Parts: sequence; structure tokens; C-alpha cells
Amino acid sequence: MPNVSMTVNGKAVSAEVEPRTLLVQFLREKLSLTGTHVGCDTSQCGACVVHVNGKSVKACTTLAVQHEGADVTTIEGLAQNGELHPMQEAFKEHHGLQCGFCTPGMVMSAIDLVKTHPNPDEKTIREGLEGNICRCTGYHNIVKAVKAAADNMGG
Amino acid sequence: MYEFNYHRPGSVDEAVGLISEDAKILAGGQSLLPTMKLRLAQPSDMIDLAGIPGLSDISVDGSTVTIGATATHASVAASSAVAGAIPALAKLASGIGDAQVRNMGTMGGSVANADPAADYPAALVGLGATVHTNSRTVAADDFFTGIFETDLAENEIVTKVSFPVPQAAAYVKFANPASRYAIVGVFVAKTADGVRVAVTGAGGSVFRASDMEAALNGNFSASSLDGIAVASDDLNSDLHASADYRAHLVSVMAKRAVQAAGG
Repeated sequence: MPNVSMTVNGKAVSAEVEPRTLLVQFLREKLSLTGTHVGCDTSQCGACVVHVNGKSVKACTTLAVQHEGADVTTIEGLAQNGELHPMQEAFKEHHGLQCGFCTPGMVMSAIDLVKTHPNPDEKTIREGLEGNICRCTGYHNIVKAVKAAADNMGG
Repeated sequence: MYEFNYHRPGSVDEAVGLISEDAKILAGGQSLLPTMKLRLAQPSDMIDLAGIPGLSDISVDGSTVTIGATATHASVAASSAVAGAIPALAKLASGIGDAQVRNMGTMGGSVANADPAADYPAALVGLGATVHTNSRTVAADDFFTGIFETDLAENEIVTKVSFPVPQAAAYVKFANPASRYAIVGVFVAKTADGVRVAVTGAGGSVFRASDMEAALNGNFSASSLDGIAVASDDLNSDLHASADYRAHLVSVMAKRAVQAAGG
């Protein structure tokens, strides 16, 4: 079996994996980082979104071996020194979740969205989150949270 | 997903040397991996192009935009060079799938996969692009041959596509609201050699609407397309849209594209 090495949440990790191991399986099953969820497993719902070299990707639709040497961030890697990331804080503040299943992916996608669109309007936020599905909230508070976080992150 | 051997060659030649009967080329994997999960494909070997230097380069040289096979949709959409030379191409890339798919999915993968509802084939045929492989060049008009079928030989890999810069162009699609695939997409380009109209999503493969091209060559205006429709006989019919509805959409999208291109 091939060996794959990458940096996950700032820590160097290395493991033997089958080539068919998905990145999300590697994170959840090898590294026990279960904050990244598997929702649809068909690259539609976005619950599995993580950052690879700073860009949001669907971890259920990419192989672990494709990311040899990559810098990966999961939802567990966002909080620093016990302080939530501004995006996590905004989701909490604006109640941008109900059941919470989609939330890790939403937060990871939203951070990438704000990075590429530092001052997004509502349309930009809704389009930017097209790859993430939430079945509880109707998106209203999610959009509010992302807007508030963008204001905080920019200021 | 069934087991396979994984290869990460460092050059195109090495990648070509690894091709075997049941091997598949892996670029962004945004179509291939879902297909493998459904066990609709079971390659013995996966040849990952991500490690090949220079294969994702984007360049604009006078009247030609060249996009490397492994350039992601996101990088094409974000390229100021592409947006400056062929804004319609950057906009097309920005509307493929969702943000995460665009961060992984590649131009070469889309072109080689030749999904009947993919966006890029409309740009290639609409602009009269040239597909470069490891061994030859192929005109886009001759490249797409059917449903998920291209003119590529078994030992061929798409390395880049060069797009001539048009005088004006636009792409408008009626997107599936879930997948963002084109139920119908029309790419219209006004070039030195005449107007080109390429339709994706409607048929088994991208095709040119020659009656529309003739009308637009006479007068590049949306009203020139009044009363001109493509025949619905060979168009796709599925739960998203009937063949007749698709034929109707081709005319509507073509008019909108002409307007967006300044006509």
C-alpha cells in the first residue's frame, strides 16, 4: 500500500492507505478527525468540505493519495488557543445552524468564500454556498452569519 | 469503489507510457471519482496528472488564449489574463458546478470526458479552439464525436487547448438548479471568419447551429434569430426537459447570448 504524508491542522501526518481511500475517509478513519462529515457521498451536499492548500474542496470526491505533501485544514483546525474562528463565532451568534450536520462544511466553504470575496453581498454569499446543502435553516441565518463574519474578518 | 493502482508520473511522456487497456487518466476527478463510486467505471490503474509541471499553465499571447489541461475551473475563472482576452471563457468557467468542484475540476478533464451537458465543449466549438494532445492537434469541430466520446486515441492525453480571441463572445446556459450542468447552453462568438454558435446540453454532443450562424452572419442581432429553431428530433429528452423544450431553450439561450455579446 502507498504511504501518504500531509500536514493536517498544522501537524505532520503519515499513513499507509489503499489508493481508493478518499480524503474524507483518511481524515475520519485514520486520523479520527470526525468533525468533517459525510452527508451525500456524491459531491453534492458539501458536509465534507475541508481546505487543501487554502482552497475548499469536497473531501468525499478526492483521494487521499492525490494530496501528498498538501496542507489540509479541517473544522478541528480553525479554533486557535481556545478561541473560535470568527466564522464559527458568527454561526453561533447568528444561530446559523439547527441540527449542525452541515455546519462544518458550511463554515469551511464560507471561510474560503470570504477569502476570495472579502466584502460579499447576499447574492455572492448565496451563490458561493451553492455547493453546501442545509436541510434545516432555509439558509437565512447562515447568510447573516457569513455576512457578519466577513465584516469582522475584514475589519 | 473497486481497487486500483495509483500512479503519479512526472511528465506527459511518462504518463502516456503508463496507459494500459483499463487505465484511466485522473485530472481533477470531479466526474471520474463519482463514476467510480457508483461502480460505473472500474479502472485497473489511475494515472494522476497533478504532478506534471507546467500542465496547468494559462497564457495569453496576442490573439490566442492557451489553457493547460490541469488548469482548474477556479483558476480560469480568476485569471485576469483570460478575463481580459475572452471574458466569456472566464465567465463560463465561473459557472461550472459549485465553488468546491471548480477548485478541483479541470479544463482538460471536462474536455476529455465530453459530458453532453458540460460547459467547456461549447466554448471549444464556439470559439473554434484547437485541442493539443501529446502527439497532435485536433480542431474542436472534429474533437467531440458523441456522448462521452472524443477523437482521442487510447494512448493520447489532452495537454492544452488554445482558443483564438474573438471579436465578441458570450455563453448563456439554462442550468440544472441542482448540478449546474447545462440543460441547454449556447456559446456565440463573432470571429474574423464569421459567427459561430455552439450548443451543449441539448444533444448527445456539442453541435453547431448552422442556420443561426448564417442568420447572424447577415446581421449580428438577437432579432435575426426570430423564427429560427433547431430540430428537436435528435435532442435529449429526460426528466429535466423534453426534446421540444430543449429546442425552444436553444433559441432563447442563443438570443440571450447574442445580446450579451453586444448584438
